[in-house]
Amino acid sequence: MSESSGPVDDGEIFDLEKNQSADFVAEQQSLDEQPLIEARNIAVVFDDQAVLLDINLKITRGQTVAIIGESGCGKTVFMKTLVGLVNPTRGEIYFDGEGLHHMGYGELTRVRRRFGFVFQNAALFDSMSVFENIAFPLRQSEVVSEPVVEERVLQHLAEVGLPRNVASKRPAELSGGMRKRVGLARALILKPEVVVYDEPTTGLDPIMSDVINELILDTRRRYPVTSVVVTHDMHTARKVADRVLMFYPRPRLNDHESQILFDGPPSDLEHAEDRRVRQFVRGEAGERLNELSQGLSV
Amino acid sequence: MDGITTIGDMTLFTWRMLTWLFTRPPCRGTVLINFYQVGALSLPVVALTGTFIGMVLAVQSYSQFHAIGLDSRLGAVINSTLVKELGPVLAATMLAGRVGGSMAAVLGTMRVTEQIDALTAMGADPIHYLVVPRFLACILLIPSLTIMADFMGIVGGYFYSVIILGIDHAAYLNHSRDGVTGFDLFSGIFKSIFFGSTIAIVSCYRGFNCEAGAEGVGKAATTAFVYSFVLILAVDLFLTIVMNSIYYTIYPNGTSFL
Repeated sequence: MSESSGPVDDGEIFDLEKNQSADFVAEQQSLDEQPLIEARNIAVVFDDQAVLLDINLKITRGQTVAIIGESGCGKTVFMKTLVGLVNPTRGEIYFDGEGLHHMGYGELTRVRRRFGFVFQNAALFDSMSVFENIAFPLRQSEVVSEPVVEERVLQHLAEVGLPRNVASKRPAELSGGMRKRVGLARALILKPEVVVYDEPTTGLDPIMSDVINELILDTRRRYPVTSVVVTHDMHTARKVADRVLMFYPRPRLNDHESQILFDGPPSDLEHAEDRRVRQFVRGEAGERLNELSQGLSV
Repeated sequence: MDGITTIGDMTLFTWRMLTWLFTRPPCRGTVLINFYQVGALSLPVVALTGTFIGMVLAVQSYSQFHAIGLDSRLGAVINSTLVKELGPVLAATMLAGRVGGSMAAVLGTMRVTEQIDALTAMGADPIHYLVVPRFLACILLIPSLTIMADFMGIVGGYFYSVIILGIDHAAYLNHSRDGVTGFDLFSGIFKSIFFGSTIAIVSCYRGFNCEAGAEGVGKAATTAFVYSFVLILAVDLFLTIVMNSIYYTIYPNGTSFL
């Protein structure tokens, strides 16, 4: 810069550097404050039934957000909307400032590769071995030599605590916990910016659930990822998240009520103003029992 | 209304598949697996059913032909029927049952267990990765299966007529050759390509649009076969009328062009 603008003295250089540094910090701050993911007025309607309505949400870079809520409240649908697996009936999703609705197929594919997705039942490909499953995203997105593929697959397998001999097995030969860990290894192999977990501990014993929770925390420590964890396991939400959102089934809300009943740190859950949040956190059926007995359940 | 929506949806599905087919060919690994499953594994069952159909035709036709003293003409009828209609339709039916039902069930299971969503989430297009190889396997291998059904049907018919019923070998073969034209063989194989594409598109579409649960997968497999079979017969009728019209326009006397 000094070459192009002519000779300058030391004081000027110092001022320039100071200004540049201040600009950089301001730019970084604005980048940090700019949401990585933003949902604006999202509505998803299936066969005249609104699953999600007017969802507005911002997730900043580096956050771990847990989305909790009872079955049928639209957690998974919302998560799939974030990566374009479900198209919203109304509203827009922005990723890193760019609207998914403006993107063509190629662009959307590039965005999806910045996400890692851990499915509820791992969604491993039955016809492939564990090795091929983990290598799949790598082979699809990059031109990588086979020795590099092997090295990275075995590295990720080790990171999720699985021995090398698992690589040759078929998904049908694995336990539920192993399948989830293989799913996590597959989601992480492209070093995604966002990792989305759909019910990561559902169907697992308490020990294995905690292993998965530790892996989620370990992933966050190891990589600079933003995480979205959809769960109804309060232990997971409290342990891994630094922000919790609670969704509520749309049909059971009044028109003016927001579908997000709670948005805050996990420590505030117990003292939430909304009774329904406290009931959910404590696992109390409350008036749901009356609704069920009267056949009003949704 | 639902029917119109399904037809529109299936047309879009086919269009997307064809777009992928001509813009980015699938990788060799996925194609070879499907070729093996559609071609190599279907060969024995197509050959076996072809043989039995040839023999059944001989059993059913013999008494009428024998009554009017035309036993030796049996080969012409058996072979002509096989090459024009039964061979291609039989091969297509076996493919719809064995491969079409399996395709719908596999893809349906992949849909229900979110494997198709996983493909999309990882930046792979499920139609490119799953449908294009299956479509290619069906349209490229069904002609071979048809030829196998024709051949084994002819062998079965010959075996029953000549060896079991004792019809004269030379006369049977002479009439067989006279009764079957090159156009008959060509039209059967040509039609089979359309049958193969129908099976692949209908089965993959039903699998992709499978309803949740085991019942949904079962329904997808059943409807894939039923819809494929009905469409095969409808396409057969349409193509036969069109090809006969073209043939008799070019050759009004009905002579063979080969």
